[in-house]
Amino acid sequence: MKTIYFDNNATTKVADEVLEEMKPFFCELYGNPSSMHTFGGQTGIKIRHARERVAALLGCEPTEIIFTAGGTESDNTAIMGTLMAMPNKRKIITTRVEHPAVLTVCRELENHGYTVVELPVDKQGQLDLAELENQIDDDTALVTIMYANNETGVVFPIEKIAEMVAGKGVVFHTDAVQAIGKIPLSLSKSNIDLLSISGHKLHAPKGVGALYVKKGTRLSPLMLGGHQEAGRRAGTENVPGIIGLGKACELAAENIEAENSKVKFLRDKLENAILEKCPDCRLNGDKQNRLPNTTNISLEYIEGEAILLMLDKYGICASSGSACASGSLEPSHVLRAMGVPFTAAHGSIRFSLSRYSAEEEVDYTIEKMPEIVNKLRKLSPFVVK
Amino acid sequence: MWEYTEKLKEHFFNPRNVGEIKNPDGVGEVGSLACGDALKLTFKLDENGKIKDAKFKTFGCASAIATSSVLTEMIKGKTIDEAAKVTNKDIADYLGGLPEQKMHCSVMGREALEAAIENYQTGGRKKHELEGKVVCNCFGVTEKEIERVITENDLTTVEQVTNYCKAGGGCGGCKGEIEKIIEKVQGDKAKAAAVLAHPKVGKLTNIKKIQLVQQTINEQIRPALRAHGGNIELIDVEGNKVIVAFRGMCAQCMMTEFTLKDVVEAKLKEFVSDSILVEEQGDSTKLPHNHRG
Repeated sequence: MKTIYFDNNATTKVADEVLEEMKPFFCELYGNPSSMHTFGGQTGIKIRHARERVAALLGCEPTEIIFTAGGTESDNTAIMGTLMAMPNKRKIITTRVEHPAVLTVCRELENHGYTVVELPVDKQGQLDLAELENQIDDDTALVTIMYANNETGVVFPIEKIAEMVAGKGVVFHTDAVQAIGKIPLSLSKSNIDLLSISGHKLHAPKGVGALYVKKGTRLSPLMLGGHQEAGRRAGTENVPGIIGLGKACELAAENIEAENSKVKFLRDKLENAILEKCPDCRLNGDKQNRLPNTTNISLEYIEGEAILLMLDKYGICASSGSACASGSLEPSHVLRAMGVPFTAAHGSIRFSLSRYSAEEEVDYTIEKMPEIVNKLRKLSPFVVK
Repeated sequence: MWEYTEKLKEHFFNPRNVGEIKNPDGVGEVGSLACGDALKLTFKLDENGKIKDAKFKTFGCASAIATSSVLTEMIKGKTIDEAAKVTNKDIADYLGGLPEQKMHCSVMGREALEAAIENYQTGGRKKHELEGKVVCNCFGVTEKEIERVITENDLTTVEQVTNYCKAGGGCGGCKGEIEKIIEKVQGDKAKAAAVLAHPKVGKLTNIKKIQLVQQTINEQIRPALRAHGGNIELIDVEGNKVIVAFRGMCAQCMMTEFTLKDVVEAKLKEFVSDSILVEEQGDSTKLPHNHRG
């Protein structure tokens, strides 16, 4: 059975070109970039090229890029590193819809005496910027707000937020893991101080990521040890991963147009067909300000995990915000923060496409979805006929 | 990804006995849309008092649907007395086992069956209703129900109880109470499994006291408040006086249900020192509110 992969916000396929560039760095060019000999040292040059490629995609200086082990480490470093560099300030502002890599860190800091403000969102999943402005005070060390939401694809007006936060002299971090490679973004004239990216969300391998640190931003290192990454992130470099991330960023820059035309067309086709063919369903999130690849739809009276398993039988991979799908007993914190009723949150399903998605795959899913929904609704005690 | 047995998957993809029997002899309903799963069971008896037909309708995940399907298969041909003996464990075993976190699906099946039998016997309520003291407010689970899953499945930890009947799986505020119920039912067996959070220390230095106060707030108090959109912040410790501020929705809770200050003080007395006194910071309304709205 052919796999139809519509779960690209969870992880992505490593691009063939990325793998090709990585290959020599396992068994042939396996040297340590810190070594004095040519054999090791030459990999250091390759890392420099990778750093330049990442910087080119982001529109920043190569020296502003720190390689990490992934999005979670980038987020942890940004938050903890900022607070450690600023021990006299004790307040953090974030949102209720952040990824756990940010939210869990903030809540843990609360246990250490920090004040954490989690901004609410409206029904569209958008923030009240006036509320954010009110919350920023002299005690505020950091504002951390995601660029785009992983579950709904809702994009926040990050540049506007960064400008406002910078105006108050507070450090601003954004988790841009889902945004990079999907929407155009340039840090050259931006007020963003810190920005997290993850390799495996943009067709690089898992286990590598990067943190953009604007020149002049004070940040204490989280990982201590060797002098790698100019002392900002110790540990021998994940050379193949970094090479892969560099290539993936180059490809992302080339494909950003397609992402916003081809991928968006396919997403819209899938979304419109499901909304039209399946009764009692709703779209979750701000339709205007959204990633081009993501759709999050709630189907009333049925449960998300059951939908996922039915799709799985046809080889279709998707994701759900239902409680059962997450292994917890409560549905998605993002959908709940948006005021999506429990019933609709339990029946939510997310499709996230990529440039490797094909129209036949979309058509096949469109064909199967109404069948699955009908089958499960026949079982549901809440459907009265 | 869940590790479901082939039998479970087979029943999920091809559920037996879907629907509702017209003019049934017994009807049982449990769960709700909000809880994430719900089951309506109907059955009809033959002239010998045996279950001739049983049908179900289920809202829920694959394991909820499969457990409902096997439940109808299991009770067909049984007398009411025989059916009444079916436990959640029987249902799970029939499927070749369920993932631990999905055991509550089998409990839901047993509850629906009980409600349907009671409806047949008394003609009364069809809904599985709450009896006795409610321990878990998030999922509406009573002390009686918790005791029952502990006994029938020989559970010794809070995590297991959550997996079997959802109690404690929301805000987590009732975990302490669940622990006490486990101890009551299982006696020494529970004591062996439970790890004491922090035994009260005799003499406390100021630093130790502050750390213990913060730890107690973090572990014992904040999780429950957070679930209701509230929060608590430790402002200062002066001798035995602990000054806190309530945030968000907590002010409202204080006026209605119970005095948070008393709860906070009781917990701190229990975990830190008997001489702790709690005061609320006077001007807390002017401070920023967390979790607003």
